[in-house]
Amino acid sequence: MALQEVFQEISAADFFYRNRDIAGFTNPTRAIYSTIRELVENSLDACETRQIPPEIYLRISHESGATDGPGIYRVHIEDNGIGIPYDIIPSAFGQVLFGSKYKLRQTRGTFGLGGKMAILYGQITTHGAATIMSSTGPTKIHQYDLMIDIQKNKPLVLKHKTHPNENRWHGAVIEFSTEADYTRAMSKILDYLMETAIVAPYATLTYVDPRGRLYRFDRITTEMPKPPEETLPHPYGVDVETMKRLIELTNEHTLVGFMRTHFHRVGRTIATSFLQQVNLPTRKNPKKLTPEDIVTLVNGMKNYKFLAPDASCLSPLGEELLEAGIRKELSPEFVAVYQRKPSAYAGFPFIVEVGVAYGGQIEAGGGIKLFRFANKIPLLFDEASDVSWKVVNTQVDWKHYKATSDMPIAVFVHICSTKVPYKTVGKEFIADRPDVEREILNALREVARRLSLFLSKKINIAHDKHRLDVFQKYLPKIASFSAKLAGESKQPDVSPLLRSVLRYEEESEEDVEDA
Amino acid sequence: MKKKAKKTSKTPSRIEEKKRVVLNGLKDLGEEVYTQLSEKQWPSVRMPSRSINNIHYDQHTRQYILGDHYVRRSARNIRHIRPLTQLVWTGSFVDELTSEGKTSTLRDVFYSAQAYEMSFADQAESDDIITDLETVIGHSREDFNVFPEERSAIFGDLTIRYTVRGYEGKELNLASHPDGMMIGPALTNAEFADCNADKIIAIEKGGLFTRFIEERVHEKYKALLIHTAGQAPRATRSLIRRMNKELKLPCYIFCDADPWGMHIANVIISGSANAAHLRDLNTPDAKWCGVWASDIVDYKLPSDPLTDLDIKRLYELEKDPRYDGKLWKQEIATFLKNKRKAEQEAFSRYGLAYIVDKYLPAKLKEMS
Repeated sequence: MALQEVFQEISAADFFYRNRDIAGFTNPTRAIYSTIRELVENSLDACETRQIPPEIYLRISHESGATDGPGIYRVHIEDNGIGIPYDIIPSAFGQVLFGSKYKLRQTRGTFGLGGKMAILYGQITTHGAATIMSSTGPTKIHQYDLMIDIQKNKPLVLKHKTHPNENRWHGAVIEFSTEADYTRAMSKILDYLMETAIVAPYATLTYVDPRGRLYRFDRITTEMPKPPEETLPHPYGVDVETMKRLIELTNEHTLVGFMRTHFHRVGRTIATSFLQQVNLPTRKNPKKLTPEDIVTLVNGMKNYKFLAPDASCLSPLGEELLEAGIRKELSPEFVAVYQRKPSAYAGFPFIVEVGVAYGGQIEAGGGIKLFRFANKIPLLFDEASDVSWKVVNTQVDWKHYKATSDMPIAVFVHICSTKVPYKTVGKEFIADRPDVEREILNALREVARRLSLFLSKKINIAHDKHRLDVFQKYLPKIASFSAKLAGESKQPDVSPLLRSVLRYEEESEEDVEDA
Repeated sequence: MKKKAKKTSKTPSRIEEKKRVVLNGLKDLGEEVYTQLSEKQWPSVRMPSRSINNIHYDQHTRQYILGDHYVRRSARNIRHIRPLTQLVWTGSFVDELTSEGKTSTLRDVFYSAQAYEMSFADQAESDDIITDLETVIGHSREDFNVFPEERSAIFGDLTIRYTVRGYEGKELNLASHPDGMMIGPALTNAEFADCNADKIIAIEKGGLFTRFIEERVHEKYKALLIHTAGQAPRATRSLIRRMNKELKLPCYIFCDADPWGMHIANVIISGSANAAHLRDLNTPDAKWCGVWASDIVDYKLPSDPLTDLDIKRLYELEKDPRYDGKLWKQEIATFLKNKRKAEQEAFSRYGLAYIVDKYLPAKLKEMS
């Protein structure tokens, strides 16, 4: 009997089920953290698309099993976002990798998996269905109870019903059970919510934890960043696989037209000049390109000088909002924020925004605290592998800016990009790409300069106070000892001299004079 | 030869005169500061700078003196106000001490300050302030009754008359106790009443001092014996000077034959850089009689090799203006050539009396 290898096609849902580690669902601790993160980010995205100030309610309650280890918990989240059209709710929640994106825009969502992975994990661990309720604002609210058919990667609708929508509510409610080690994940979840509140100061987040404790992060503004525009891919960022898909999809009949329609900042002149350089006929039908031609095209793109991508597809937070977020959550004595001009790495536009804060609820000691954000997502794991950590700890000479490691100082680094250069699929830390590194360094130097002005002033005030203390301590003693030595009974009044102390500035080492 | 130094009771004695000057100096300091404060001025005190570049060797007085740089300690300067406060406090403290005829030690001053919430960081700081006060007043701390811990001793046919409280007018012959008399505050402040000696012999080591008394050197050579106990304290140096000036006694110094012993003799003769702000502590006419580097060879004394530290010290002394004389130069050269040193006790190899019967008369003859 000959050995026969069995090749088996697996569905996307099956693939992620088997490889749930890469999506951040390694164990019950990490899984509940990732679940919350995915759900909250989906909700925020759903609001920001149309500049609706987010109002998010999250509740986790204990259902069964242990509370000091892995147990079963019920997760419930509500938002006031744009809602999901009722006919695509099943696919949106019950089919992994639903929809293909050929356009680029900055979103929080990491894999396009959104909450689906969270629901999938819940289903795997509890065999329960998820309940989704949503409306885009018309007269009905749709409710689905559904599961995912893992092998077929298809939604399995168990129940579908509608409720009247008198208040024209729009938004989504998602609820399902899942296995979680909440006790262990708690501190990270709270950190995550607090840092989200920093980076989304226009959102109100309410959280009721399994012990019934209420955490509330109130918005302090309804100002929101401009939503990102969708853009075409830039030639520098395209690989052979993407190129194949674009060719399959296109309605253009010539290469020039194909280039103009599907690529960012490519017009007729640039397209023609580029095609000449790679020796491909401008009028050739893209569908008739050979695999070799496609490789030539893609490689040629890397070597041609295209216009740099513009940043209209990015949605940075902006200096005002970043500062507001930092002030709101940490009430520091001092904040400086700075946004760099857009830059690009490998054809992907990005913007670096940074902040530095002193005092308030920032703890002193143990060095500078680092808060990292990418596309408005707080990054909480693997800090020491992140490019920001490297820049903050090895490239900025804080002493030069009068900052020392025992001071209560926090640094905030936000990178937004259509493609954040994560180092691994875990997407928790950012690679040290030279362009990104340089932007972070330059931005930090700017805020560090402002921090140093603040610290100098602070040091001067402390210095002045110290001076007054010293004079107050000694001058009356000089008065009494000199009176005694001179045999005088009345002590001279030193208060006029003390009053003048703080106005006195000069201080020489020792006044040497010649006789 | 008998020297009388009696004073009639109507004119004030030198000691009383000095006390009066010191007390006036202290009061002046207090009045200066008090007046400035009363006029709403930041008080300050001016004194000669004791920094190294203001210390010069004066050929005329044959000692280190301060140059014409002055420093001003001002309460207006945050780095000065603390030392200035300490200075004024120390002034008022020693003023009380001196007026009441009490004495104190450097250590005492350090602790007394704490009662006034004027504590010094350490004794070095308080000693430094006392040196400042000496500089301001122009008198050595012994003159305002602050004495160091270390004490040396004197023995010989000198009668003193006490001026300290409770002993005023009492007399004592310094040969009355065979261990010698401690040179403390009472002796330092005493007048010379009667003297039957015609020379002073200063000795570094206590053992040899006792040997000299036992061998009756004070009678055989009509000498006042002084035990310096290492580097001579200022009170002792000042006493030697007074005996040299007031009683016209020549002084001969015997120390170990090494750079450190040689320097004990030199400081008695030329003073120290640390006391450049003071006068009347050195005895320029005193003679260094030994033990010389050349004596080690001449008397075939048991010796030890010089250490690196000894040699380093010799090179330092070679450049020191106080070692400008022919004898100093010659002996430093001999030390550096032979690289040997010896202690005074080394003479005992020839028997206990040898140093007194042979070496001493030879040296005294050579040096006088």
